[in-house]
Amino acid sequence: MSESMAPPKRAFAPIRWMRENLFNTWYNVLLTVVVVYMIGTSVGPLLNWLFLDATFTGADPKDCIGDGACWLFINQRLNFFMYGFYPDAQQWRVDIMFLLLAVAFVPQFIERFPARRWLGIFGMTGLPIIGYILIPGGWFGLEEVQSHKWGGLMLTLILAYVGIIGSLPLGVILALGRRSEMPIIRGFCVIFIEVWRAVPLITVLFMASVMLPLFLPEGMNFEKLLRALIGITLWQSAYMAEVIRGGLQAIPRGQYEAASALGLGYWRKMRLIILPQALTLVIPGIVNTFIGLFMDTTLVLIIGLFDILGTVQSTITDPSWQNVATEGYVFVAFCFWVFCFGMSRYSQNLERKLDTGHKT
Amino acid sequence: MNDTNPPLQPSRSKPWNDPRVRAIFFQVVALAVIAWSGWTLIENTLANMESRGISTGFGFLDQSAGFGIIMSLIPYDATYSYGRTFFVGLLNTLLVSAMGIVAATILGFIVGVARLSSNWLIAKLSLAYIEVIRNIPILLQIFFWYFAVLRSLPTPRQSVDVGGVFFLNNRGLYLPDPIAQPGFGWVEAALVIAIVAVVVIKRWAKKRQQATGQIFPTVKVGIGILIGLPLLAYLVTGGPLQWDVPALKGFNFGGGITLIPELAALWVALTLFTAAFIAEIVRSGILAVSKGQTEAARALGLHNGLTLRLVVIPQAMRVIIPPLTSQYLNLFKNSSLATAIGYPDLVSVFMGTTLNQTGQAVEVVAMTMAVYLTVSLLISFFMNLYNRAAALKER
Repeated sequence: MSESMAPPKRAFAPIRWMRENLFNTWYNVLLTVVVVYMIGTSVGPLLNWLFLDATFTGADPKDCIGDGACWLFINQRLNFFMYGFYPDAQQWRVDIMFLLLAVAFVPQFIERFPARRWLGIFGMTGLPIIGYILIPGGWFGLEEVQSHKWGGLMLTLILAYVGIIGSLPLGVILALGRRSEMPIIRGFCVIFIEVWRAVPLITVLFMASVMLPLFLPEGMNFEKLLRALIGITLWQSAYMAEVIRGGLQAIPRGQYEAASALGLGYWRKMRLIILPQALTLVIPGIVNTFIGLFMDTTLVLIIGLFDILGTVQSTITDPSWQNVATEGYVFVAFCFWVFCFGMSRYSQNLERKLDTGHKT
Repeated sequence: MNDTNPPLQPSRSKPWNDPRVRAIFFQVVALAVIAWSGWTLIENTLANMESRGISTGFGFLDQSAGFGIIMSLIPYDATYSYGRTFFVGLLNTLLVSAMGIVAATILGFIVGVARLSSNWLIAKLSLAYIEVIRNIPILLQIFFWYFAVLRSLPTPRQSVDVGGVFFLNNRGLYLPDPIAQPGFGWVEAALVIAIVAVVVIKRWAKKRQQATGQIFPTVKVGIGILIGLPLLAYLVTGGPLQWDVPALKGFNFGGGITLIPELAALWVALTLFTAAFIAEIVRSGILAVSKGQTEAARALGLHNGLTLRLVVIPQAMRVIIPPLTSQYLNLFKNSSLATAIGYPDLVSVFMGTTLNQTGQAVEVVAMTMAVYLTVSLLISFFMNLYNRAAALKER
């Protein structure tokens, strides 16, 4: 007869977890100890600087006397960081646009939000028109606000939003052109895409601000913002085209053939069968491209536009505030991080949802 | 019944319904539109340049530049030509890109592997690094390192002093500069001989292993030769190397090699930013190798290190290389952000100062864009070669 054995000893769960995940080998013990020590010595001073010793309220720069961060600086100049030089009395127009943007796009992150799809379509079609009327003004009794007064977060959002709205249709056309069977059209699209993708955005912006006036006939001239928007849109459309081409290639050949068998011509085939499937497939790719574009809009400060980083940078060099560079950068970094991290999470979830598990 | 109808003929499609005819028609139209817009652009540009009094052609490249550049890898001062500024900028761009690519690859591989570590803390720390860094614009990171970190370093008089040899202050990092004395040529020659010897030994060891199965410790012997031979030559010739140690002269340091803060900030920011992306690429590459491969390798009796080196990494590299190439290209293109902090790269020197002084926008912009285009194509060409060598060889 065999003796019944005692059940295996099970350690208390957290201790067992630690033994398995933190102290399983000698080098992991070493690494854990070093990392815990490093975190332990840096978290305290960091929290002190960020919150405990920081100055949040006050009247002017002299109130920042503690050792911590001077958030008063952000607090005082927040209006400038949000709207640039946009006149105070007209800022409700920008606020309406912020609100409409949120109404159109935040539901996209929430599954089963009612009319989510229609809000998205509104965001891509109706909203640009409203923005075009509301932000510059000059009609319907709205006071005109010239584009050199725009700035801050508002300008960053305008650049990214117009960039994406403009580059999406251009990207679709370029992607279709690159997959076309007509050699001249394909060749042109390949050259267009590859050239834009090979040069840095900064040279594109330089070109837009220096050379665009030379290209245009005498007397026809745009303001700086519009030139930057044209440069960004063309540059972005090349990246967009490559993302969409990926989607077009992922559609099985049978879909193309079936559409042709039904007697659909090229444009109807693309519009009704291929593009709806391809564009759904590449939404994560488009979101990722958008994140890249959103971060790259900061480059416009080099050609003298005041986006959110530009406004902060110009305030930091203001002699009345001393040593607030870190606070300014942390603030901008936080703004970008919240937007970009949110969007990248969204695209990762979508990717997981779209992954049917039987690709190739 | 209608008797007047002619007998039914096979319907001939109209020429405008024939896809081939339509294709030719569309292409001719496209060509005409492109040619017309190109022509209009050129005409407008020429007219505009004439009315503004801008000269054309590349003659300006021979004129004297008349401005100084804070850092140059080739001899340069204000008396050199505009053409020279082009090469100074180009070399500075290539320098920071090469430094960034090497450092970002190393850091990226370390973080990518750490992300898969069995140590929970290390894995989460790598994840935090990746998620924080890659969601913050690169320009902001460059600004942070330059304006917030390096500018707040002490002044030259209060430099951080490491053993009286290295000095760190807000003007840069000062390192001792090795100066070759006569006889140093022997050390260089020894290094060349060592490299050749290692290559020969590696070939011989591979051939022997394929023939007999015996393994030769190539790595240990190779490192020994690479270090030992030049060291021996150095000692035999009596140490023909002098160090030019930087020293405080007046308000600033003189002598030695200077790593200017602009270069340091750009290098650190580009490295950290790109490494976050490379880490994700490495992680997904390693995860793409199926578990069966590792298990089969272990079943064959390979230990951990060999499994990684001979089975997992070669297969992971196939997945890693294509996206890694585009990260290298991104780093190269992002190096142009140098212009925002005044590091004298191609865009800052040539597209900035030279363009402003000469006003010849078309030539300067075309030359700069041509450089980026060429280098981008070269990088993808070499990475494609490597990719082809690493790709799965199927029948």
